[in-house]
Amino acid sequence: MSFGIKLHVWGDHACWTRPEMKVERVSYDVMTPSAARGILEAIHWKPAILWVVDAIHVLQPIRFTSIRRNEVGAQIPAGSVKSAMNRRDTNGLGLAVDENRQQRAATVLLTPAYVIEAHFELTDMAGEGDTDAKHIAMFNRRAGAGQCFHRPYLGTREFAAHFELVEGDLPESKLPADQRNRDLGWMLHDIDHANDHTPYFFRAALVDGVMAVPPLDSGDVIG
Amino acid sequence: MTSQPIANRYDFVFFFDVTNGNPNGDPDAGNLPRVDPETNQGLVTDVCLKRKVRNYVALAKGGGAGHEIYVGERAILNLQNKKAWDAVLPEVTKAEELKKLPKDEAKARELTAWMCANFYDVRTFGAVMSTGVNCGQVRGPVQFTFARSLEPVMPLEISITRMAATTEKDAEEKGDIRTMGRKHIVPYGLYRAHGFVSAPLAQGTKGTGFSEDDLALLWEALSNMFDHDRSAARGEISKRRLIVFKHENRMGNAPAHQLFDRVTAQRVYNGESVPVGDQRTHNYPSARTFSDYKVVVDSSNLPAGVEILDL
Repeated sequence: MSFGIKLHVWGDHACWTRPEMKVERVSYDVMTPSAARGILEAIHWKPAILWVVDAIHVLQPIRFTSIRRNEVGAQIPAGSVKSAMNRRDTNGLGLAVDENRQQRAATVLLTPAYVIEAHFELTDMAGEGDTDAKHIAMFNRRAGAGQCFHRPYLGTREFAAHFELVEGDLPESKLPADQRNRDLGWMLHDIDHANDHTPYFFRAALVDGVMAVPPLDSGDVIG
Repeated sequence: MTSQPIANRYDFVFFFDVTNGNPNGDPDAGNLPRVDPETNQGLVTDVCLKRKVRNYVALAKGGGAGHEIYVGERAILNLQNKKAWDAVLPEVTKAEELKKLPKDEAKARELTAWMCANFYDVRTFGAVMSTGVNCGQVRGPVQFTFARSLEPVMPLEISITRMAATTEKDAEEKGDIRTMGRKHIVPYGLYRAHGFVSAPLAQGTKGTGFSEDDLALLWEALSNMFDHDRSAARGEISKRRLIVFKHENRMGNAPAHQLFDRVTAQRVYNGESVPVGDQRTHNYPSARTFSDYKVVVDSSNLPAGVEILDL
């Protein structure tokens, strides 16, 4: 039996990119379980544990804005790196941004704030010293002191997240009444990186401002 | 890479101001200065600031060993003809072979490490290498957020004229060779950006090796980069304050938002200063110089292990 945690996260913008709209990015209305797991892992994670997100509370009205930026449309070709290594010089490895420029718009959320409810499970990598109590204490100590392995972010790294451990009551939700109950459609649950990066989806809905997340092995998640 | 990877977490607040210039045009709005439509505060994107850091490092280090810039502007990078590859690696001919390169994780890591060792921007901001192997992606320790002006900005559209035409045809058709152009400026804006440096992403076998020297160079770049980014569009942009919170612990010693709250800005008018956004400022004339603002850093009762560096 493992203990649950609650983490309050917020920021200026967020972009939980919908996989079907990745070029001109469009954010989901609500944080995905996959993104929530990433935020928790930014604070504390070891191969011995697996974070499982149970619910996401939406604390702010769901509002969007659009940002268009010049982006680079290329990745570093590993082949060129290899040959440069063999030649022992970096000639021609650079990337000219004006030749590889793409202007892309992103539809992102404004002033998002959430409470992530989650627990962790021990994996088969857990050794003798890995107990629930130890990891929960580590997470609580870190989150309480504002410590993190790397700065968590709200979907993309330019939208840094601030976080606080919720120990008592939940922060007050400012989600307006007409947004508190709605069907959010199919949403990415998580990606199984161990098995060829298989994505899993679930039918997301806000019920009184809270999105419950079904466990991966329940019948409500399709891969 | 002489010095060690960094061992402290840093959170920083970066103030810069623009006078009669366009710090960052919005492609969606005909290159007008970016504005948050809800609050009319000016915005400067994270990638805009990162571009300037890269350009500064390229200038300051001249592409010396370990300080090359991967994502370069052509004016700086001495681009070689890609044909060199074919000469060097004749055995790799098929595109799919290149795509699927190192299946073997150690190989991929070696490639990544080599990129980090040679390229300052890969080491600092990370990079995506299209290897299909998980560690072919590097997250850099340095993260910027959007810069936002403290108060709403009022972009102006300035019409300008040119006493020459581009083509003969233009001149003949119009009968007057003068042409009109447009410039967009922000008369004045003081912008504030937040940034983070995560030590664990610099350390260890998976880290990028971002070192103490690299960090010093980052601070130097933030302080000086606008001085090497002059152009007709930019007007005068200057770094005003760089306030760095250094944590003793690599994970940090205090929540970042609490540290950022210690840095506040005030409007100064007729000798009195009130917080930015206060109702009393509504009757103030618009700010036009940095002396219309005051940046205040509350360094009292700092959490243990946190130190303020005012660079």
